[in-house]
Amino acid sequence: MLEFDGLLLNIYNSLSLWFESLGVPLIWLDLLVMVFAGAVILGVIAVSVLFLVWWERKVSAHIQDRLGPMRTGKHGVLQTLADGIKLLQKEDIVPRVADKKVYFWAPVVCFVTAYMAYIVIPFGKGLIARDLNIGIFYIVAITSFTIISLLMAGWASNNKYALLGGMRSAAQIVSYEVPLTLAVIGAVMLAGSLSMVDIVKAQGPYFWRWYWLPQILGFGIYFVAATAEANRTPFDLPEAEQELVAGFNVEYSGMKFAMFFLAEFANMFTVSAIATTLFLGGWQPPLPGLSFIPSWIWFFGKTLFLVFVIMWFRWTYPRLRVDQLMGFAWKFLLPLAFANLFLTGLGVYFFG
Amino acid sequence: MADDYAIIGIFLLIGIGFVLVTFFIARLLRPHRPSDVKLETYECGEQIMGSSWIQYNVGYYIFALIFVIFDVEVIFLFPWAVAFKKLGLFALIEMFIFLAILIFGLVYAWKKGALRWV
Repeated sequence: MLEFDGLLLNIYNSLSLWFESLGVPLIWLDLLVMVFAGAVILGVIAVSVLFLVWWERKVSAHIQDRLGPMRTGKHGVLQTLADGIKLLQKEDIVPRVADKKVYFWAPVVCFVTAYMAYIVIPFGKGLIARDLNIGIFYIVAITSFTIISLLMAGWASNNKYALLGGMRSAAQIVSYEVPLTLAVIGAVMLAGSLSMVDIVKAQGPYFWRWYWLPQILGFGIYFVAATAEANRTPFDLPEAEQELVAGFNVEYSGMKFAMFFLAEFANMFTVSAIATTLFLGGWQPPLPGLSFIPSWIWFFGKTLFLVFVIMWFRWTYPRLRVDQLMGFAWKFLLPLAFANLFLTGLGVYFFG
Repeated sequence: MADDYAIIGIFLLIGIGFVLVTFFIARLLRPHRPSDVKLETYECGEQIMGSSWIQYNVGYYIFALIFVIFDVEVIFLFPWAVAFKKLGLFALIEMFIFLAILIFGLVYAWKKGALRWV
């Protein structure tokens, strides 16, 4: 019972028989399935963020030769839960001069877009909320909305730091989106499909056939651009603590702040999950002989490894300057992404 | 299975619902004691110097323009990438011409100094 795909299909089939015998239209069952998927994914986000925040603190601590949280539960595993409960009880302070409506909706938009991207992430064989045929394109589209929420937060706070942070993140995310999307197109060309499940299946269960090897340039571009998209160090200028005192979310407190925080970690998981799907074979084992380990364990293993690499970046590289940041996107990553497209086109034509 | 894209709407509603319910629960639990000083905008403890909704030079404006151009081009590349294997040499050459025009545009913007930080 370690693989879910057959199990879920069986449950669906028996439920549909039951609904038919009751005379209820099947559309209600579909609706029920969608709401169930939505609830499950909320659970996945909550658990993965609880874990990732703890893990980030532990990784940071151990890289710096500290212990990190140790008191709340064994090795501090309950630390994030405690922080969450604390944030729930914090007073919600809205600056008098803020634009109240926009201020209220910014964290909502931020979280909802991060959440909606999870629809097309294949967590395992058959473990996907809905395999949209435009999967990867949908993700690229929906994650762009993050910019709007950051701008909303920055502008509505009526705070100079927040405004500068919001502006910076808009400029940065917008700039890195172009090489990111071009790198995605390289993998799409090899797979010939936009559906996340088809892209995973096209890569097969041999690790040297996964797209990280033919798309090694694309993988590199994607990963660097994704780090920037997720606002992580060395690209964390929008929230540079030392100069912008946390950027667009200075004025947020309590649960509203928690939503931004949740969305940030959910986004970090999303970009790693997409990298896993496009370049590291998704839920496929590296060798067919290893398929006794369930597919979702492979998926989470690879994704969490990539998340770990992003955290590792944070304690390895210093933050860039704004002009370096923009120059790197437009003058280095973008030409490189074009070169990758040319090479992939020629390669697929002559050897594909 | 009903319409594939219905799930997007349902996720939208669940997401908004989740956030609003969380805000509501927090409202029941948290204190609410606003004071004049608390509601001031944060400026590192200094006196606030006017509103931040002022006109100032947004150095990113040109970047936004270039982004719009390139992002639209990238959207055109998606259908090509999907159908590329079936279309063969013609599509390859045609897309190379398309990309070459794009790169020419990038070089032009570069030479004009639009990519320089101001």
